[in-house]
Amino acid sequence: MDLTALNLAEVRDVVRRKAASAEEVVLAHLERIKREDQNTRAYLTLSPERALEQAARVDRAVARGEPLGPLAGVPVAVKDVILTRGVRTTCASRILEHYIPPYNATAVERLEAAGACILGKTNCDEFAMGSSTENSGFFATRNPHGLDRVPGGSSGGSAAAVAANLATVALGSDTGGSIRQPAALCGVAGLMGTYGRVSRFGLVAFASSLDHIGPFGRSVRDLAAVLQTIAGRDSNDSTSAEVPVPDYESELEGSVKGLRVGVPREYFAGLSAEIGDPIQRGIDLLQSIGCTIVPVTLPHTDYAIATYYIIATAEASSNLARYDGVRYGLRASEYGDLRDMYERTRDAGFGAEVKRRIMLGTYALSSGYYEAYYLKAQRVRSLLTRDFSQAFQSVDVIVTPTSPVPAFKIGERTDDPLQMYLADIYTVTASLSGIPGISVPCGKTGGDATIGLPPLPVGMQLLGRHFDEARLLRAAYAFERAGGFDGG
Amino acid sequence: MDLTEKEVRYVADLAHLKLSDEEVRRFMPQLDSILAYVAKLNELDLEGVEPMAQVLAEGPAGFALRPDASRPMFTPEVALADAPDPGPGLFKVPRVIERD
Repeated sequence: MDLTALNLAEVRDVVRRKAASAEEVVLAHLERIKREDQNTRAYLTLSPERALEQAARVDRAVARGEPLGPLAGVPVAVKDVILTRGVRTTCASRILEHYIPPYNATAVERLEAAGACILGKTNCDEFAMGSSTENSGFFATRNPHGLDRVPGGSSGGSAAAVAANLATVALGSDTGGSIRQPAALCGVAGLMGTYGRVSRFGLVAFASSLDHIGPFGRSVRDLAAVLQTIAGRDSNDSTSAEVPVPDYESELEGSVKGLRVGVPREYFAGLSAEIGDPIQRGIDLLQSIGCTIVPVTLPHTDYAIATYYIIATAEASSNLARYDGVRYGLRASEYGDLRDMYERTRDAGFGAEVKRRIMLGTYALSSGYYEAYYLKAQRVRSLLTRDFSQAFQSVDVIVTPTSPVPAFKIGERTDDPLQMYLADIYTVTASLSGIPGISVPCGKTGGDATIGLPPLPVGMQLLGRHFDEARLLRAAYAFERAGGFDGG
Repeated sequence: MDLTEKEVRYVADLAHLKLSDEEVRRFMPQLDSILAYVAKLNELDLEGVEPMAQVLAEGPAGFALRPDASRPMFTPEVALADAPDPGPGLFKVPRVIERD
């Protein structure tokens, strides 16, 4: 039995039945990482002692017949913008290259309390700023479906780790699509819950009003199980919501007959056939299992990217002011006065994309430009949110492509930041509106065996009402089962 | 191109970023093209539309507030463990006040 190929529910079952110990499950993953991660390069830091200690704890509980946590023995990878006490957390930035956090993110606390074993920390775009993981301050991660391709981003390491069986599930973060887009490009499932559903405590801040923590998995059920564990009120995050957490796994089995699925025409105008055809087949499949397909309109979609890149960079410029070489992180080796120390530290520690975004955000907030950029973007954010509330009056979920393109070649888009930003067109709207979104595998596209070009995964995005993750997961689960698209 | 080199250097200064001449030359057209793109928001009539700062957390009245009470946090040793230049119970920085 290949323990690395099991999904979460299978690992849970195997450990419970004593078909394998948690230690064996963890060791199988560590061995596979040693063998395979030199190709994928998903991990920045491994935490084998921590994972094995946790596995030993689980195995002792199994031996004594004690009750097991819902994720007992499940190997997890954690994006390196999420704090792990005692395990280096870099945000893929040189400025935090040697940072050892003194506390855990709430999501990490809850995973470990449920018995999960954290294998290590995954690569990403520096401070989660990017759509390809090429902006990592250390190295690029490669897509397991084609090693010359990007895994997407910013949570590219987490998506690639799950796709390559280097972890059973993973945590990522999503600010404008950073879970959903890499999930699509790597052929796995990824979920961003409602803003406030999952505590952000211990998630290194990029854009506070947009940041979310969420799971990756090779099946929709795995997402439900991880969300169950990490969701819910946390007094350490004043923006986490006091809204009851339903039993997501038991909600999966419900019927989708009569579910009204909205198709927003703005998301399909100009869409290429390589993505449009698989998504259309996905929509047909939803219809064939009893969903009602309803055309809807989200009229301000065309303004979403501009709105997002003003708000996200403005918040980032404020959040990243804390990296000044005083309390933690890098300090420049040579400097004159205090001001010079700040500037040299930030110049040496931040990569080009982070500097670009800090510049853009500082500009948008600066005197004389605040009303023209930031305030205007906040007004358009209201309109984008209103678009969704109007659409959700006539439909239950909305279906769209996750990304306008499949995984592109490493280095192909790095010269033009604006083109890279435009690739987030289908994901930033949900982030701005705070609604939940999920990306599920929806077949593959292209490929030509004669020239060794592999077919590449396509992701379908489902969006739902605020705190309606259960319905979203149910629709995704029914789709996955009907299409047999699970498992990449 | 609307953005000037002077503006780029001014914004870098506001952001405490020391950019090299090469970085200024590279960023200027990139920032300019992004600003030209985001100017499309000017097409919209936003009269009377409320600005939205964030999605408000849902819950019972006052749920987001915790009691204003002290609770155990890090010891000074833990708080200083990651400091680039720690002193006894403090973070050391270059002198900011000159003595006579």
